[in-house]
Amino acid sequence: MKNNKGSENDNGGRNGKNRRNGNGNGNGEGSQQQDKLADENVAKIVNPKFPRTVFKTGLRLMSGNEAIAEAALYAGCRFFAGYPITPSSEIAEHLAKRLPQVGGYFVQMEDEIAAMGAILGASLAGAKVLTATSGPGFSLKQENIGYGCIAEIPCVIVNVMRGGPSTGVPTKASQGDVMQARWGTHGDHPIVVLTPDSVEELFWETVRAFRIAERFRTPVIILADEIIGHMRERLFLPKPATVNVQGRRRPRRDTGEYSAYQIPRSDIPIIPNFGEGYRYHVTGLAHDETGFPTSEPAVIENELIRLHRKINRASNVIVKWEQYFLDDADVAVVAYGSSARSARAAVNRLRASGRKTGMFRLKTMWPFPTRAIKALSERVKAIIVPELNMGQAVLQVERAALQKCKIIRLNRVDSEMISPKQIVKIVKDL
Amino acid sequence: MAFDYNFYLRENHLPHIWCPGCSHGIVAKGIIRAVHKMGWEKDDLVIVSGIGCASRLPGYVDANTLHTTHGRALAFALGIKIIKPYLKVIIVSGDGDALAIGGNHFLHACRRNIDINLIIFNNKVYGMTGGQTSPTTPFGSFTSTGPYGNVEHELDPVAVGVAAGATFVARTTAYHVMQMDKIFTQAFEHKGFSVVDVSCDCWTTYGRKNAMKNPVDMLDVYRKKCVKYEKYQELSDEEKKEHIPIGIFHRETRPEYVDELQLIKERAMKELKK
Repeated sequence: MKNNKGSENDNGGRNGKNRRNGNGNGNGEGSQQQDKLADENVAKIVNPKFPRTVFKTGLRLMSGNEAIAEAALYAGCRFFAGYPITPSSEIAEHLAKRLPQVGGYFVQMEDEIAAMGAILGASLAGAKVLTATSGPGFSLKQENIGYGCIAEIPCVIVNVMRGGPSTGVPTKASQGDVMQARWGTHGDHPIVVLTPDSVEELFWETVRAFRIAERFRTPVIILADEIIGHMRERLFLPKPATVNVQGRRRPRRDTGEYSAYQIPRSDIPIIPNFGEGYRYHVTGLAHDETGFPTSEPAVIENELIRLHRKINRASNVIVKWEQYFLDDADVAVVAYGSSARSARAAVNRLRASGRKTGMFRLKTMWPFPTRAIKALSERVKAIIVPELNMGQAVLQVERAALQKCKIIRLNRVDSEMISPKQIVKIVKDL
Repeated sequence: MAFDYNFYLRENHLPHIWCPGCSHGIVAKGIIRAVHKMGWEKDDLVIVSGIGCASRLPGYVDANTLHTTHGRALAFALGIKIIKPYLKVIIVSGDGDALAIGGNHFLHACRRNIDINLIIFNNKVYGMTGGQTSPTTPFGSFTSTGPYGNVEHELDPVAVGVAAGATFVARTTAYHVMQMDKIFTQAFEHKGFSVVDVSCDCWTTYGRKNAMKNPVDMLDVYRKKCVKYEKYQELSDEEKKEHIPIGIFHRETRPEYVDELQLIKERAMKELKK
């Protein structure tokens, strides 16, 4: 079975200098790579200490939501703020029980906005933080997600997607928030969005989300959906010591008044935690290197370009995909999340009947693997994009493919899952 | 010797943005004096704000300062206080910030009794955006969004604070500076959530529209109208309408939120070890 993992440096930035990390196409687990962005100002990376006794390792049957919650603990998350919402409430419930056991804090806030605010505050004070919600709550959190982007506060936000718009279909799955995850907050901001497709992957991608958030000081969004959130699957819980976690960088220089947003060569500011002797200012206004508001056009422009460059430069670490039977395929299914499960089944059936079909599975939705999709579109006759929405990720696929091949949309919004049969039929009709 | 404010200020970020005649500076100095009196280290001091004129205050103070989104200062501050309980957290907020867009957070912070000090710069108007009606704009007065007079009735943050369960609730004014110092100090000493409603003025966007000749006249109203809460109780209903009660309205001791979270943590860890 061909099952390659890829990543790429998606050069969407305006600045041509950001090609330093080159092309990492198909180079496996980028997160294991050496930290090329290390900077001379970094004194030490502080990893959390795990009390090992509180993790029950070994083979387990877990729901996707529980896997997210447990993975957060492995990643070092010690603060969760949330608000009850279907179908993500199990994450809060699991953490309400588990966080105090590992020395962390669970807070049920008065609303979704407050939950987002609370995790940003806790992150500034030094904790690794998580919140979880679904569509309506995700909309409410958007303003503060933007705050996390501009003030560069690490945090992880889980959106277990359900049918929308508005209250929609709370107990059924959808993939309608792909574009909201990208563009939900106002202003032209960069964002990282991961789209896992199984319980096991939810676990490992949650751990990775924390690594990305802490290392690049950015909000990271995990887009799950009701199907994988509520589905139970086999999951092997590892020993905590074997899990690769990311600590937070701290400045080396003396304490006292500090300019938190002076930008080292890595483009990632080294921001100390509140209450550790460095006194600095944080604002959601466009700011200069001291963190104070500015109305200087050049400073405002540089800040926004640098925020984008920070994520673009890191895309060889962030952007991942899975290639399934793609090497000799003439038809490719580009899928993500629960739709990728149907796509996988469809590919298996088509292969069994001799059709050269493969799947390109988006593990990272944003930044989008534009060049990998472009390369794919040059090798196949047609790309099918099955989605539980009216066509969102397909827009990006079309943009990347530049009309090099036929792009077929498969959209389903009746609150049911896309069946493998639907995909098989499209391929057979080609 | 004169009080050295500069020790607590980021002088390179002055002058401040407040208009001439604004009373926010008076309140800011009161906060600094109270912090000094408490003997708090600047490293341990966190000042959080939302959006508005008052919310620009943190930038001028040499401490851990956080200027958040509109109305959400309480949510951010809660996260900070839970993770680092040794930090002294003060929130400065305007009336619109704390009571309109942040009203929900205000209610629940009172209820939780988290050891945070909320100071409401209550100038009865949205000053930064040009003087629109706020939740505390008096009935009948004129604002840029109430050109025919305000038809809504004002919210009393003190009454709401008491009802929502805040364990320290007080009101002072920008005129009563000596009392303000005392109240701030007592609020800071109090273990639990404290609310101090500071009546202050925006002459630029509110006073001028409401026939106030100058900022001094506006402050003078407090001199004439304010009476201590204890004395206010003895007034007749007619007299009460003409007066504003100031002082400490409510003080009680209840379990503090972060302490309780620590206890839960200890209990959960203990049960797990068994």
